Amino acid sequence: MESTALSLGKSVPIQVTVNGGRHEASVEARLLLVQFLRENLSLTGTHVGCDTSQCGACTVHLNGRAVKSCTVFAVQANGAEITTIEGLAQGRALHPMQQAFHEKHGLQCGFCTPGMIMTATYLLQTNPSPTDKEIRHALEGNLCRCTGYVNIVEAIRWAAARGQGDHVPH
Amino acid sequence: MYPTSFDYFAPSTIEESLDLLTRYGDDAKLLAGGQSLIPTMKLRLAQPRYLIDLGQVRDLPGGIRRDGDHLVIGPLTLHADVAVSEIVRQTLPGLAEAAAVIGDVQVRNRGTIGGSAAHADPGADFPVILTALNASFLVASRGGIRTISVDQFFVDFFTTALAHDEVLTEIHVPLPPDGASTAYAKLGNPASGYVVVSAGVLVARGASGECVSARVAVGGVQATPFRAVAVEESLRGQPLTPEIIAAAAARATEGADTYADLYASEDYKRQVAAVYVRRALEAAVGVNGERP
Repeated sequence: MESTALSLGKSVPIQVTVNGGRHEASVEARLLLVQFLRENLSLTGTHVGCDTSQCGACTVHLNGRAVKSCTVFAVQANGAEITTIEGLAQGRALHPMQQAFHEKHGLQCGFCTPGMIMTATYLLQTNPSPTDKEIRHALEGNLCRCTGYVNIVEAIRWAAARGQGDHVPH
Repeated sequence: MYPTSFDYFAPSTIEESLDLLTRYGDDAKLLAGGQSLIPTMKLRLAQPRYLIDLGQVRDLPGGIRRDGDHLVIGPLTLHADVAVSEIVRQTLPGLAEAAAVIGDVQVRNRGTIGGSAAHADPGADFPVILTALNASFLVASRGGIRTISVDQFFVDFFTTALAHDEVLTEIHVPLPPDGASTAYAKLGNPASGYVVVSAGVLVARGASGECVSARVAVGGVQATPFRAVAVEESLRGQPLTPEIIAAAAARATEGADTYADLYASEDYKRQVAAVYVRRALEAAVGVNGERP
C-alpha cells in the first residue's frame, strides 16, 4: 500500500483471501478484522466474546497462525490468507477437530467453540502429539465458562490420536 | 469496541516512517504487532490521530541472526519466533524462556519484541530479560542512528528513551562468554498473564565454577526493570552453592523503588522477588535441576 495520507473515516482498500476465496473491500482503518469477517463477509462463526484480547472466541488463522481477530485491524490483514471456522468442514463432512468436539462433548453453550477449534487445529500443526499439560498450556488464550475444559482437552487428545486434527483445507 | 478514528499509513521503508514521524510528531503512534496498542486504543486510553503501521516496512524485517559476538534481533520478530529460535535456545535460553511465557499463543503469534520493548509495560517480560542480558537498542531518526543501552532505555512506566521521531531498528544482545548461562523465572497473574514478579539472570562462571560476574534484573517491582546490584555483588567471586544463591537472592529488591498494584502489595512483591531471583539463578547454574 502506498504511504498516502487518508483522511479520517475515509476507506482504505484491502484484499484478503478468506477460506480460499478472494475478497476486495474498502474499509475504515479502525475496523477490526473480526468485524470485517462478521459484518462485511457475513462469516458470523467467528465470535466476539470479551472484545479485550482475552477470551479467544475470535481466534482465526492469519497466514497460518492462530491470532485474536479482535486485536488485528482489517487493514493489517491486507494481502493475507485467513481461515475461519467456516473454512474447516468439507461440505457436510465435519473437520476432524469438529468431529472430536462432537464425540467428546467438548462444548456446552458453544460460544467459545469456534475459537477453541481454531486454536486446537493450530496446536496440532505445531505439536502433533501434545501432552495434556501442553494442550492446557496451548488453551491459555481461550476461555470456556461452561465445560471446565476437561472434555475440551479430551477432544483435542482424541483428534491428535486419530491424526488429521491439524489439517486446514485452505 | 472501536478506537477513535485515525489516519492510517503503511509506509514501505524506514525512511518513509521517519518522514511521517517527523511530520506528525507526538500525534502519531507506531503500530507493530498491536497486541498492546490495539487493546489500549479500543479502550480509548490511547487516541492517536495518526497510526503508522510498520508491518509493510521492507527494510525492517523480523528475524534473528548472529553477528560476531552478539545476536541481532529485528524489532518485528514475533514472540513465538523468539521462543522457538534455535540460536536463541542454544545461546540465550533465558530469552527463549521469557518469550514462551508472554500472554498466550495468539498474542505470541502477533506481538513483537520491539513493540514490547518500546511499549515499556511494567508487567512485560522482554524488558526484564533484555536488562539482564545487557541488550542495546539501535534507533534511527532523520538525524542518523544512535545506540541506547538497556540500562538507559527504560525510563518510567510506559516510557522509554525513544524520542517521538525515532524508530527502533535493531536489538543487539551480547552472546554470553563460555561457561555463562541465562534463565528467566516468572510469577504471572493467573488471569492476565502479566508479570506480578519476574527475574532474568545472566551468570558467568570461572574455571572452578565460581561466579565471575552476574547481571540480575527483577520485573514487576518498580516502574522499570530493576537491576539487582546487591544480588550481583553478593555472587561475584563466590562458589554457586544453594546457600550462597539463596542469601544473594534475599537481597533481590535492595534499593528498588517498589510500587504496589491491584494484585500485590510492596511487601508481597519483595518476598516473592527473592524467591523468583533464587529460582532463576538455580535454573541458570543447574542447582536443583529443573528450569523454570
